[in-house]
Amino acid sequence: MSDRALGRAGLTRRQILIGTAGIGLMAMPRWVQATPAEAAAAIAKITGGAKPAAGRITLRLPQIAENGNSVQFAVAVDSPMSEADHVKSIHVIAEENPFPQVATFYLSPANGKAEVTMRMRLAKTQTVRAIAVMSNGSAYEAQQEVKVTIGGCGG
Amino acid sequence: MLTRRDFLQVAAAAAAALPAGLAQAAESGVVTQSDLLAFKPVGQVTLLNFCDIHAQLVPLYFREPSVNIGIGAVRGLPPHLTGKNFLNHFGLKAGTRAAYMFTSEDFTALARRYGRVGGLDRIATLVKAIRAERPGSTLLLDSGDTWQGSYTALKSRGEDMVDAMRLLGVDAMTAHWEFTYGTDRVKELVDKLGFAFLAGNVRDTEWDEEVFRHTAFFDRGGIKVAVIGQAFPYTPVANPRWMIPGWSFGIREDGMQKRVDAARAAGAQLVVMLSHNGFDADRKMAQRVRGIDVVLTGHTHDAIPAVVPVGSTLLVAAGSHGKFLARLDLEVKGGKVTDYAFKLIPVLSDAIAPDPEMAAQVAKIRAPHKAELSRVLGRTDSLLYRRGNFNGTFDDLICQALLHERDAEIALSPGFRWGATLLPGQDITVEDIYNQTAITYPAAYRMAMTGKAIKAVLEDVADNLFNPDPYYQQGGDMVRVGGMSYIIDPTRPSGKRITDMRLSRGGKVIDPAKTYQVAGWASVNQGTQGPPIWDLVANYVTGRKVVKVPEGQLVKVVGV
Repeated sequence: MSDRALGRAGLTRRQILIGTAGIGLMAMPRWVQATPAEAAAAIAKITGGAKPAAGRITLRLPQIAENGNSVQFAVAVDSPMSEADHVKSIHVIAEENPFPQVATFYLSPANGKAEVTMRMRLAKTQTVRAIAVMSNGSAYEAQQEVKVTIGGCGG
Repeated sequence: MLTRRDFLQVAAAAAAALPAGLAQAAESGVVTQSDLLAFKPVGQVTLLNFCDIHAQLVPLYFREPSVNIGIGAVRGLPPHLTGKNFLNHFGLKAGTRAAYMFTSEDFTALARRYGRVGGLDRIATLVKAIRAERPGSTLLLDSGDTWQGSYTALKSRGEDMVDAMRLLGVDAMTAHWEFTYGTDRVKELVDKLGFAFLAGNVRDTEWDEEVFRHTAFFDRGGIKVAVIGQAFPYTPVANPRWMIPGWSFGIREDGMQKRVDAARAAGAQLVVMLSHNGFDADRKMAQRVRGIDVVLTGHTHDAIPAVVPVGSTLLVAAGSHGKFLARLDLEVKGGKVTDYAFKLIPVLSDAIAPDPEMAAQVAKIRAPHKAELSRVLGRTDSLLYRRGNFNGTFDDLICQALLHERDAEIALSPGFRWGATLLPGQDITVEDIYNQTAITYPAAYRMAMTGKAIKAVLEDVADNLFNPDPYYQQGGDMVRVGGMSYIIDPTRPSGKRITDMRLSRGGKVIDPAKTYQVAGWASVNQGTQGPPIWDLVANYVTGRKVVKVPEGQLVKVVGV
């Protein structure tokens, strides 16, 4: 859903880069960007105020995006996915995207395993956070910085 | 001439674990080919390695950096040592052959004494001799950046190097600049290669499937050796992605762990990572991925006279431009390295007899281009070099050419690590210009940029070089500038390293809101317009006849 919203924001990063012939030009569109504080508030809402713990969840992302318009991520949660103990939802938050809530996946024991993958757009260099909410109400988090760079000057 | 004392000094430096037999080889007083080759063999397997040869077929000069800053945990560690600090760290003396090979100290004087380095025919001589000494035990591995960097490689679109490497008998390679010939050409050349092209971290963007082989197995000295290839992780960021639109790269550390585990499961007793990560990223990967015995590093062009142990992993850094051939002998017992010996063999062109077969091949490659390669454009009064974190004198010359030929206020030139050195008094030939500029996206553009945008470029590139986490270091050295100066504090966070940007002419502070005319080259964007950079630099040199380039005053480094 947020991808669609982003799509309406006009110029893509690619178009902007093509429009400039230089080593690159950091002319980002003037989006209203969310802040890490707003993202933290959104996460508090997701977890019902519980502070997510580290562990059990892994977030796979590139360190540097090859293309900010299409950044693949994968989230996996270590869970038996039984009635008694399973992952209820996985949330991916891009702290400084105009719409930070990139994706929400709802799961049930019928999923068998808690693994999801998708692509997102990243407006700029920022930290991406993945939250898993478990059936007992506890939450786990993993995070990583992804650089969206001008590129060039390659060694 | 090399004295025995010089030789012993380099011998002491060449490896911490250097065999005593080497010293005896220098008894004759003059260092010869056999002295360079002298090595007390150890164990069952010999790994020979070079990297970043950048298509240099014939001997040249190459000055090591005088500035190579390490940030964070790697500050002051090899390879982030230069000049006297480097000499002190490895117990070497100034004014020696070791100082010539490993540092920029007294470079011009030492270059005149010790002569050129590299040349594929010299390397072939060394390889053949070591293979004869260790039959059935030797693997020759190329860490990449082999097909690009010269006139003949550009004109043959990499094929001259493929032919030469086939003849040399390389067993496996990985890659980076190779990809700048584009998807189709890379596929063609890989098909022609006749040996393993390993790049496990390249996947197709559509289905996330592997594009190239990731592992090759070899039987050497009765040991099953797995070689796993890691291409430069940021090729589509640092170089034009539009040339390889269907391929995605990345560090992919978890993928490397899987390959290592799979290789061990398949019975590998020795696991070698053939890598173009760059030294710091390799060091980090060696700390985090279990089960790699040896990393043959590449990309950052570092020449380190000893192996660098990281836990139980041995890291080799074999320099660039054919200046060195690394030899690592390994004793393997029960799937573990129990002993080793190492030497970074200096390829001193004057001391090594050219291999006739390779010499003929090189001559054949160069013959159709002979007149153009040797065409003299002018002469330099200054030492012209590129390598280093900031502007080298050759970059300053290129920036002056950009400013002059494209009538710009500011010039930007890429911080490539490759490019041969010219001594004061040397002619500047067409070949010399291509040795600094031979890329497949050479358009020298001119465009208007705001001061803010120029700062953003400098900050972006600075973070790619000085990010404290090596997995976030993306490309080459710092972008070179002309027509302007700045102060940089590499220790500051991203976006806050660059201050006091000023125009060189008049010294005015660069206004974020004002627009400036900027000329540059090597844009990664498709459709960039402008004449090829080599024509522009050739015109500039021709117009001046003799160039004089003082050591740069444009960049002031603070905080380190």
